[in-house]
Amino acid sequence: MTVTIDAATPAGPRRNPDLGAANGLSCRECGATSPLGPFYACTECFGPLEVAYGYGRVTRERIEAGPKSIWRYRDLLPVPAGVAEIPNTDPGFTRLVRADNLARELGVKTLWIKDDSGNPTHSFKDRVVAVALAAARELGFTVLACPSTGNLANAVAAAAARAGIRSYVFVPSNLELPKIVTSAVYGPTLVAVDGHYDDVNRLASELAGEHEDWAFVNVNVRPYYAEGSKTLGFEVAEQLGWRLPSQVVIPVASGAQLVKVDKAFRELISLGLVEGDPPRIFGAQAVGCNPVAAAFKAGHDVVRPVRPDTIAKSLAIGNPADGPYVLDVARRTGGAVEDVTDDEIVAGIRLLARTEGIFAETAGGVTVAVLAKLLREGLLDPEAETVVFNTGQGLKTLDAITSAVGPTATIPPTTEAFDALAVAPR
Amino acid sequence: MSSTVTVRVPTILRTYTTGESDVSVAVGDGATLSDVVGALDTAYPGIAGRVLDEAGQIRRFVNVYVNDDDVRFAAGLETPTPDGTKVSIIPAVAGG
Repeated sequence: MTVTIDAATPAGPRRNPDLGAANGLSCRECGATSPLGPFYACTECFGPLEVAYGYGRVTRERIEAGPKSIWRYRDLLPVPAGVAEIPNTDPGFTRLVRADNLARELGVKTLWIKDDSGNPTHSFKDRVVAVALAAARELGFTVLACPSTGNLANAVAAAAARAGIRSYVFVPSNLELPKIVTSAVYGPTLVAVDGHYDDVNRLASELAGEHEDWAFVNVNVRPYYAEGSKTLGFEVAEQLGWRLPSQVVIPVASGAQLVKVDKAFRELISLGLVEGDPPRIFGAQAVGCNPVAAAFKAGHDVVRPVRPDTIAKSLAIGNPADGPYVLDVARRTGGAVEDVTDDEIVAGIRLLARTEGIFAETAGGVTVAVLAKLLREGLLDPEAETVVFNTGQGLKTLDAITSAVGPTATIPPTTEAFDALAVAPR
Repeated sequence: MSSTVTVRVPTILRTYTTGESDVSVAVGDGATLSDVVGALDTAYPGIAGRVLDEAGQIRRFVNVYVNDDDVRFAAGLETPTPDGTKVSIIPAVAGG
């Protein structure tokens, strides 16, 4: 028998990718199934594909014996068993901070901050990119790429540098300067695109169809990528002593993170790793980009796209891919999706910093401000244990608050000048 | 008189277009996106059923652009497509 290899065949999917317990892809809309591969949209209805698994027995002990990174949950992700040994940024296992000062200020009994600014490039995006990279490698891709509002560009460029592969990142040209610098420093091909994120996203979707060996992490490997956000939910439960909180507040851009955190809580319950009911899940958006909050409040199932205009640029996705599923999760769990103004976002950043010593980026300001608003509206139970997610680092969005905070005074270097200020207690 | 409209076809629909990523269709003067989808289906039978749902509306997870505009911001399937228009069909499940 003669085997012919066609040299002109482009780098295509590997026949048997080792993606751990993952055993296929299924459409969230129509349920059509397909084998594991570089697919992201259903060929029947264009619906999003989701990774399906055949989990074996997973125990708390096995997880706790794993590395202090997202790879302790590798059995629950679409990655090979040896994933931690391959060069990567080792994200995750960020701190869960008991926020008693903020709780007191807002009148909540028990409040925690899941502070994901502690990741290698200072946002939750390191989680999803690490999973996307591991899966992309198994699927035969050789280049990492993404459209990004900034945080993802940081994470992709850094992960590609660690892995020793090329990366292409596409960002809106009006992005905050710190996010451009903190992407470019890792040496990707960084392309600034005139337009909103949704324009950049469109360009990336078209390019993904033309470059078969490029893994656009949030486009053509998005089913795998998005699974990385489950680790936020896993960690919260483990860090609470294998317990679920009653309520969580999560920022919504595409909505994938919120949807996957809900999935994580439900997987932990079905695997017997935690007991109890899934938490009520609340989504947080900015008024200047609130397509999901608007649909929630109007009682709609369909998310009508908007043109974003907000300082929370990392949440400025006007046409969110997972918007309909955020609505499903919020309604199923008894949560809500709320929005806050840019002034409230700045106040939220300052409130979290002043009370807990955590400097969040604008998305974190959105989440804290929505937490406060939901409490005012009576939608959150102040007696119930609550976790809010800070997904990024304030140093990347300094512009948002530079006009709001600064020196208390500028004085000559003399004790008399300082005393004249009368700012020290006597 | 007729107009020519070019259509960018996403990867998952290229099985209908024998692998072509860009195709052209002829439509009448005053045509709209609806006419373009119809002409596309005449040339590549079955393709309209992938883009439109059972009610004849653009599927929830399909974005269609007429030139640079998402038709959900314009007149949807009634968006005018004069001669030289570029239509792009893109899966919506991307980003974030």
